[in-house]
This record gives sequence, C-alpha cells and structure tokens, in this order.
Amino acid sequence: MKRYVSVAFRRLLTDWHKRKNPLLREVPFVMAVSDHGRMVITEICPEIARQGIAVGMTMADARALLPELKMVEEEKGLAQRLLEGLAGWCIRFSPELALCPPDGLIIDASGCAHLFGGEPAYLDHIRSRLGALGYDVRLGMADTIGTAWAVSRFGKENAIVPVGASVQALESLPPAALRLEPATLDRLRKLGLYRIGDFMAMPRASLQRRFGSSLLERLDQALGIREEAFIPVKQSVPYQERLHCLEPVRSAHAIAAALEELVGRICRRLEKEGMGLRTALFSGFRVDGKTVSLSIATTRPSRSEKHLLKLFEPKLSTLEPDLGIELFSLEAPIVEMQNATTGKLWEVFGKGDDAGLAELVDRIEEKIGRKTVLRYLPAEHHLPERSLKIAGAYEEKPQSPWRRDRTRPLYLLAKPERIEVTAPIPDYPPMNFRHGNILHKIVRADGPERIEQEWWLRDGLHRDYYCVEDESGRRYWLFRLGHYSESRKPVWYLHGYFP
Amino acid sequence: MGGTAKEEILARLRREILSLQGGQAFPAEEAWDIGLDLGKGVFPGNVFPCGVIHEFWCAAPEEAAASGGFITGITRVLMKKRGAVIWVGRDVFPGALSFFGVEPDRFLFVRTKRLQDTLWAIEEALRYEGLAAVVGEVEALSFKASRRLQLAVEQSGVTGFILLRSAAPPSVSASFARWRIRPLPGLLDEALPGVGYPCWHTELLKIRNGKPGAWKIGWKKEAFCLITEEPRLFELQAGNRKAQVG
Repeated sequence: MKRYVSVAFRRLLTDWHKRKNPLLREVPFVMAVSDHGRMVITEICPEIARQGIAVGMTMADARALLPELKMVEEEKGLAQRLLEGLAGWCIRFSPELALCPPDGLIIDASGCAHLFGGEPAYLDHIRSRLGALGYDVRLGMADTIGTAWAVSRFGKENAIVPVGASVQALESLPPAALRLEPATLDRLRKLGLYRIGDFMAMPRASLQRRFGSSLLERLDQALGIREEAFIPVKQSVPYQERLHCLEPVRSAHAIAAALEELVGRICRRLEKEGMGLRTALFSGFRVDGKTVSLSIATTRPSRSEKHLLKLFEPKLSTLEPDLGIELFSLEAPIVEMQNATTGKLWEVFGKGDDAGLAELVDRIEEKIGRKTVLRYLPAEHHLPERSLKIAGAYEEKPQSPWRRDRTRPLYLLAKPERIEVTAPIPDYPPMNFRHGNILHKIVRADGPERIEQEWWLRDGLHRDYYCVEDESGRRYWLFRLGHYSESRKPVWYLHGYFP
Repeated sequence: MGGTAKEEILARLRREILSLQGGQAFPAEEAWDIGLDLGKGVFPGNVFPCGVIHEFWCAAPEEAAASGGFITGITRVLMKKRGAVIWVGRDVFPGALSFFGVEPDRFLFVRTKRLQDTLWAIEEALRYEGLAAVVGEVEALSFKASRRLQLAVEQSGVTGFILLRSAAPPSVSASFARWRIRPLPGLLDEALPGVGYPCWHTELLKIRNGKPGAWKIGWKKEAFCLITEEPRLFELQAGNRKAQVG
C-alpha cells in the first residue's frame, strides 16, 4: 500500500529571499514579474496581505497602498532550481521524491512514517525541519498523489487522510483541488458545482461529455482508480562498492582478494561511464566497530585495475584487521572524465606510452609521499631560487624559454653557506676563500653578476655573484651580500657547484 | 671472403657475450652516437653502452657536479630517442641543465629523503621502459642494491646513471661500468679572462668487456670534446692579475 506526502510551499521564493538576505526579513516586500511593461505581484508575505495587497496586483497600485513596499523581481527558473535543491535535501525523509512544480514536492512515504514515530509525528518532523530552514509549508498525506496534493492545498493544516478514505476527504474540497485546467473550473462554477462531492457521483459518461476526459482522469488519479506516474528525482549514485564477508576476515590474502574484487567492480563501472578516478578510499569495517582505511591518489584519471592495485599494494599491510573485518567498501570521491587529458603528457615528453609515465609517477608518490615528483618550468625572476616554478600539470609547457646566456651551477645549495674570503679590492673576484677547513686559491673568475632583490616582493641586499675556479679546476658560485662599506665587512656565501 | 665471414662470426659472438653479461646488444646501425670517441676497445662493440648501469664515484660535491654535467651531456643524445629523464636527487638545479643542450622541463625530479626510498624510486623508474635515462644520487650502494638495479635495466633497456656520493671508495658492485670524474681547469681558447668551458679528468675505472682508461674531456658548444694535448697553463694569467692588484 502506497502513502504519499505532498509538500506545498506557501511562499517558496519569498522565503528563499528572506533566508538569503536577512535584511529583507524586516521590510515588507513582494515578488513581482514584468508583464507588458507593468510589474505584477506574484508572491507576498502574510503581513502585507492584511494591508490589502494581493497577488495579481500591479506594483503601482500596491505602492499607493504601502509606499515603503520593496520589490524583488522574480528570476526565471529559480523556483525549479530551488525545488531540485530542496528535493536533494529532503532525501532524509524518504529515498523517493518527485518535483511538483511550481511550488511543491511529492514524497513517497510508503514505509517511512513508522521510522519517525507514526504519520502525525512524521509530518510534524518534516514541517519543523523545513520550518527551521525558513520555509513555510503545508503538508498533506494520503493514499494517492492527487489526494495528498488536494489536502495539502485545500484541506486542514497537516491533513492526514486515513487509508482508504480518499473519497470522504475529497468530497468537501473545491474542484480546484483536482488540479484542473482553468476552463474546466470555470464551467464547473457556472453550473454551480462548488465541491468535488457535488459531481463525484454523477454518471461518468455525462461528465466526460461535458468536461472532457481530463476531469475524469484527475478524479480517478485522486481516488486511486488510475495509477499516476511518480517520477523520482535522480540522485547521483556515488562511486562506491561494498563487499560483505560471510565471516570476519583477518588474513592479508583475504583482504587483498577483497580489494581486488572491489577495484574490479569500480573499474568496470568507470569504464562504462568513460570516467577515471583521481582519489580512492578503501575502508574495512571491523568487528569491534572501528573503521580502518587507506587512500590513494593519482596524477590523472585512471581506471586501470592493475595500476590502482599497485598503488594500494605498499600500504595494504598497514591495514590492521584486529579481530576481523566484516565489510569492505571502496569509494572514489573524485572522479573525472578520462578522455579529456589523455595524450597530453607526451606532447611534452615526446613519443611514448602516455599512461605508463603517469602511473610511474603515481607509484613513486604513493610510496614516498605526495608532491615528491616535480617538474620545473622557468619563471621570470633573477634570483636563482625564484627563477624556477614547479609545474602544476604535466602538460604545462614553459611560458618563456630556458635561459642559456647565464651560467648557473648544477648543484645549488638550498641554504647558501658562509665562507671566509680574501678579496683584493672592492668588486674584484676574491683571491681565495675558506669553506669548512679547506682553503681554495682562486685562479680564474667570472663576474660579478649583480642580482638585485626584487623590492616589490621582498626587501634585502643585492648579491654580487662570481663564478670562480680554484687551482685544481673546481668551480664554485660565490656571492657577496651588499656593498663594501667603511663600517661593515661584507659577508660572502657559497651558493653552488659548477660541473 | 673467408676473413669477413670470420669477422662477422666474431662480432656476433661478442654481441652474444655482451648480452649475457647484462649489456644491450646494439646493431651497428642503431649505435648511439654519444659524440665521444674514446678509442678502440674501450667500450664493448666500440659503442657507448646503453641499457646498463653506469656508476659514478663522487668523493666530493665538486666531483658530483662534474659527473652530473657529464651525464647530462650523455642524456642529451639519449633524449632524442625517448621521452623523459627521471633524476632522483636533492640539490640539482634544473635551470643549469639547459647549458648541456637539454630542455629541463623534460626532466622529472624525485626529491627523496631516505636512502631506501631513493633506491626504491630509482629501481621503480628503471623498470619503466618509456624513459630516456634515470639518474640517481645515493650515499651508499651495496652489492645487492647494485644487482637489483642492473637486473631492472636488463629488462627495460633504460640507461641508469648512479652518482655514488661518498668519500669512501666504493665496494664491489654489479654495475656495468664505473667512472670517476674530477674537475680540471677550464678550456679557454686564448689567455682570455674568465673561467672558460668545463673540462674533466674522466676515469673509467672498470667496464665489463671493455678497457678502462683515463681521458681529458671538455664540454664545448653543446658537444663533448676529447683533449689530447696538454691544456695551456694559466700561471701567466694569474701573474697578470697579481700585477694588476699590486
């Protein structure tokens, strides 16, 4: 037996604007839409209704009654978007939801109400949760979508129609509760049929002749004689696979087998959808209630079983089964289109197997640590430590060419080391320098190459770099920090080794 | 007629022995021209051996820099055929590599901290056949580790360069060749000021199926050059400077 809850938002857009913009909570405002050059009111707050303003009035008339009235222009399609968002949020009440534009939702509540302590409690819960969000709703619960819709809009507050009592519930409601077209409603009113009960028992043939088939269809749907299609909102299914174990699993072999099975399943699904995963989380739910998990990441979307298993492999032994794992799950929180980036890698590196290099990088990073495999690109800075930047993506190409006009040491010390220097006269290369315990006698030198601090980035002294060679041919990159001056002896540093 | 047949057989047998010893048997037409002719019989088959492990003993940072330069010069040729080079090491400055005619953005640098991670990363990279070369810097290389690396390249055909940065002389290893490269005073065309082109005292300490030796090799205009005559002495220049100072 089916049960449906109809959620009717009284003022969907007004409530949403109030929720978004707290300033609007204090001032009287209406929603309006432009129609033939006039602004026509479409939604109003209840406080304003008492002052004689109604839906369908023009803005000019309303301002005559209430000069301080604010207006918000209705955005097209906003209501639909809001309903879709709310349907996603309402998934907590039931897994099956349908949109009911322009201002409602239908919840398939079959078998859900008892979880919340019965139908009245269920409706109270929905009402209060939506109320907490700032939405004023009317609810109706019945056997059919049609009756639920009718009582939520035309019945009492939180109307619950008992099972099999649709006829009694509908009898006293106006024909509009049947979701009829305005022309049909007009004709019914002209004939003096103000309640559904007035024509419910009339012969079907004459109803069909006078009002067309739509009236009968709506009536049958409301009474449950005819099935009404329920089109649930599609929830995106997360990339998650689960594997239950008959008995708690403890051995490394069994855990590896479980992982293999799950990776296989998720890869088949990714294959079908043309996607590849960027991160994956493998979790084991243990008998003692704890969860142990491992995560991996790839540099580009992958759905290769072999590769993903290889990434998990070094970590698998760290998963502690303790008393046993009874449920395994594998999730892929970040999934990307796979085809978008393939083939780019070797535009940089020349010909070769595209996936192979990316997989090698993944394996190394997974074992040694993230961000340990780096590629560098030239940056437009003069200071050697700033003249490189780490390439973000593997397909990124240099923006400016590599400079070959300036000699740079092959080994650059991360932190320049202090040296003691004997220099003959200012701005001449030094005669010798002492690094550690060794005295180097300088025979030849190039320089100085002055590199200024980039003042817009950092303050500091400039550096005068010299490439020097000692008597046995060993080459060093030295620099002096700042100028010579009377008061202060300049400090020299060793910054690198030339080949 | 008989003579050529005999030579062919000999060449074939040499190639077979080479492959048994862990080297790659290159057909003559595919020979890698490293641009370095060290003389007949130095390298097996007179071709710079690729697809093997070359070990470089670097007793000081200056020697490591010299070895690094020498290796980069070789990768320039290797990169023409295949894509990327992986360099497992800490302080290499990528901007310097362009001096040796390579594009530094085709190098991937792996920054490791522990020796075991370094060795693991080198081995893993060597197993992947899509690379031009793998350069690895280690502080120590046990026989077992060197054997693992040599076995990895025998399957993938990637050339591996291991910089052994330790002051102590290296122990026995399974590497195909062992080098030691020390800096020498630079090459200058005339007694011009400046440091000139880099020049190295290149020692081939051991090589399987080849002949060890020592050479003076320079790097000039993006190519190796073998120096046979004694380089010019620079006392003159040093004296000049002293005169200027005085």
